[in-house]
Amino acid sequence: MSTAQTPLHKVQGLGAAHSGTGHFWHERVTAVALIPLSLWFLYVMLGLSGTSEVTALQFLAHPWNAILMGAFVGFSLWHAYLGLRVVIDDYVHTAGMKIFLMLVTRFSIIAVGAISIFAIVRIAAL
Amino acid sequence: MADNPQRSAATTRPLSPHLTIYRWPVTMMTSITHRATGVGLSLGAIVLAWWLIAISNGPEGWQDFHAISDTPIGALVLLGLTWSLVYHFLNGIRHLAWDLGYGFEKKVAERNSVIIFALSVIGAVVIFGASWTGHGGYLR
Repeated sequence: MSTAQTPLHKVQGLGAAHSGTGHFWHERVTAVALIPLSLWFLYVMLGLSGTSEVTALQFLAHPWNAILMGAFVGFSLWHAYLGLRVVIDDYVHTAGMKIFLMLVTRFSIIAVGAISIFAIVRIAAL
Repeated sequence: MADNPQRSAATTRPLSPHLTIYRWPVTMMTSITHRATGVGLSLGAIVLAWWLIAISNGPEGWQDFHAISDTPIGALVLLGLTWSLVYHFLNGIRHLAWDLGYGFEKKVAERNSVIIFALSVIGAVVIFGASWTGHGGYLR
């Protein structure tokens, strides 16, 4: 069968969107990582409910808990970025608005992530 | 309008049924709910960031956070986020099962949709009930 694809394009296997199955796969990998992390997060939220800021501080200052909270925030935001991108792709049909919303989403997620990680490090250092 | 020769053709043309015409099957409900809870949880990340900053700010930061989260609207938002997380968690596992090829049978998919809706509500109520009845706070 004749094809317009160059041999390089074919062997890269990235298709017309230039990203192949990367988006799909990253969404699944982050989803699997979030199974144990979400259970841990709910356990922590209930365990800290009705306590004082001293309890929350001491709990999050523990290295393992700081690492797990950082991982939960990181994987959640990565997963959120991939999901929000699909929502924008599905419902926004003009190129300019699509690029604008993608940028807003991306910058917002980076900002929320930076703020969260800064807070976690600050708590651990207190 | 009546003399418009194009009118009758346009109004009698068969149309494919759209979202507003269908009686929504339960699987359609679970699909859009997965997306809605995903968007909601993305916004919830802002609340989590705010909570972490509040803790790092010491007693005043904690009080400022609770001054808002302890209001009825604040509690409702937290209940909504809790339910969203439980729902997205359960339905997300179903998505992973679908990726492996399980659960596509029509009856199974409908049954699982009802189970997931029920379990997510029960899960959120149990978590909030445990908190309100003083069964939380075990990390003290």
